[in-house]
Amino acid sequence: MARLSPDNEVLARSIIARYPRPKSALIPLLHLAQEQDGWVTDEAMAHIGELVGVSSAEVLGTCSFYEMFKREPVGRYLVNICTNISCVLMGSDDLLAHAEERLGVTVGETTPDGTFTLEGAECIAACTEAPCLQVNYRYRYKVTPESFDELVDALAAGQFADEIPAHGTLARVRQVIPADRAAGPVAPDDGRQPVWIPEADGGAS
Amino acid sequence: MTVSDVPPIVTSRFGNPEAHTLAGYRATGGYEALAKALSMSPEAVGSEVKEASLLGRGGAGFPAGVKWGFCPPGVWPRYLVVNGDESEPGTYKDRMLMERDPHQLIEGVLIACYAVGCGQAFLYVRGEMALAQERIAAALNEAYAAGLVGRNIMGSDFSVDVVLHWGAGAYIVGEETALIESLEGERGMPRLKPPFFPAAKGLYMQPTIVNNVETLSNVPWIVTNGAAAYNALGAEASRGTRMFAVSGHVKNPGVYEVEFGTTTFRDIIYAPVYGGGIVGDRAIKAFIPGGASAPWFFEEHLDLPLEKGTVDRAGSMLGSGAIVVMDETTDVVRACLSLVRFFAHESCGKCTPCREGTTWLERILTRIISGQGRPTDLDLLLDVSDNISPGIAWPPKQTTICPLGPSAVSPISSALTRFRGEFESRIDLAVAARSAVTPVEISVGSHG
Ligand SMILES: Cc1cc2nc3c(=O)[nH]c(=O)nc-3n(C[C@H](O)[C@H](O)[C@H](O)COP(=O)(O)O)c2cc1C
Ligand code: SF4
Ligand code: FES
Repeated sequence: MARLSPDNEVLARSIIARYPRPKSALIPLLHLAQEQDGWVTDEAMAHIGELVGVSSAEVLGTCSFYEMFKREPVGRYLVNICTNISCVLMGSDDLLAHAEERLGVTVGETTPDGTFTLEGAECIAACTEAPCLQVNYRYRYKVTPESFDELVDALAAGQFADEIPAHGTLARVRQVIPADRAAGPVAPDDGRQPVWIPEADGGAS
Repeated sequence: MTVSDVPPIVTSRFGNPEAHTLAGYRATGGYEALAKALSMSPEAVGSEVKEASLLGRGGAGFPAGVKWGFCPPGVWPRYLVVNGDESEPGTYKDRMLMERDPHQLIEGVLIACYAVGCGQAFLYVRGEMALAQERIAAALNEAYAAGLVGRNIMGSDFSVDVVLHWGAGAYIVGEETALIESLEGERGMPRLKPPFFPAAKGLYMQPTIVNNVETLSNVPWIVTNGAAAYNALGAEASRGTRMFAVSGHVKNPGVYEVEFGTTTFRDIIYAPVYGGGIVGDRAIKAFIPGGASAPWFFEEHLDLPLEKGTVDRAGSMLGSGAIVVMDETTDVVRACLSLVRFFAHESCGKCTPCREGTTWLERILTRIISGQGRPTDLDLLLDVSDNISPGIAWPPKQTTICPLGPSAVSPISSALTRFRGEFESRIDLAVAARSAVTPVEISVGSHG
């Protein structure tokens, strides 16, 4: 489908410029591609490879390791129900079964209208709020079958559109390093001692 | 029951909804520690932190100041990598610190870079934490604009960029060498230690300090108040305060910052201001003291203090500060499967005992739960475990590159040692059910 748009290519170049080595920008750029298209296309991976200076096979090698990168379209809302220990103790097995029934899909599937994809997630660091879930990585705590149904109805009706952007968009605030304030990336072969470390000092010891 | 009356260190601003903004942070003394540090020599800052017994909060509990001193002298550049990949089941604290007090973390990062001489810092935030990423991005943008990050910080000759980096979903990336691989744009697979101890050969093979979010969030307080004030709190090597997430079958699940080393498990599980006791006032069956990788504790361990050495000697670990409580109604076989399945799912696949072993452990437990268990299964579980972690001891030995493989053994050996009967009765039921059925002739070519 799509390579990175011209705007996103500019953004991609500014992200690459922060790192001592361009390949370090791979994961952020894959996120950018997923934000643009909702999933990571082969064309975007090829484009990222060109920008970073590695083969598209290498891009795929990295991309395929990470759970969050989807290499086929998913629903507008990705619903991740935590199935780990604290949530299991508090009833996530039942919640997941309820979700499957309510959405009419099994884990890993997308509803025919393309609105929801259901997944079981590993611990999402909200264990004291079990059972919990994320919709496009936005939390819902202490979820009951009733509150799950309300959530699904609200999402299907287009509510929460402000709070929960379409799948692919993570942080809506990006780091911007202003040129006049940047210290700049430090290359691994730049052997200079930092100026604030006194000559004789080897740094903290 | 002791209730910690020590004022909070890292969560002191949690009650203030504006604490995540620069104005909110500065209104409560924010960035004064950085100013103080810059008025001291890097070496003096380093020794203050070293003198404070600040045990790493990521899992291993190694003293931060000592680690900072491990970079080989005269080898430049050095990097700082912040581990914000929090994903050990039961663990919930770093996300809170990143969402609610991002400047405290940034200030800790800057002080660490100043002391160690790091030329660049990378703040690796778990991919699934969208709000934490937003809060840190916004905080960094504000801090850059205010001259607190970047070139000539606070008008001094100290310059460092702090780059926000996100992960993309892989528990193993929390392991520090896998985190570094991931930051280099690779698959998150651990490196062999030795030789790849990050302080010697880390990011881009340069000396690299990897510290946890909570660890670094303590640093501004230590610089402001001094190591002596920090060491006045706590017991033995466990000094200061520490955040613990108490989850599972308690009345008030929550994250509590308590004095480190003195508060006991009983306090934090039962005191009304903390866990508040077991749901329905039932009996406790077991609890995990330090995250999914930790061997389980039981009723007889409740009076142990939350102190690293004590818990280590008792056969487990405080790990990532994750206490998971299971009451008497808990199906331990199901709980065990949940933990083992996690490790099987998250194994990076680099070494065979972990990749194959965790998969088999999951399969065997699954068949026990689904009524297909065999009488030989329990010994098989232990045999596979022994191949991953010879002797099934604590601390674990490993045939693997990193400790993830042995982590899967902890729940198995804990549950089997204590509750073997529960596994056996499931298997007995399954065997009885099978023998009640007339055997069907197996057709040629089928693989039973
Ligand atoms: C499998 C595995 C997963 C880990 N996950 C995390 C994690 O999510 N966050 C973390 O800070 N440390 C994690 N660690 C520990 C790190 O390797 C490292 O020890 C820690 O980040 C160092 O920081 P500290 O000294 O400040 O604790 C993990 C270790 C292993 C073996
Ligand atoms: S122990 Fe498991 S997770 Fe660790 S390196 Fe080996 S295969 Fe990967
Ligand atoms: S176990 Fe579900 S959020 Fe941690």
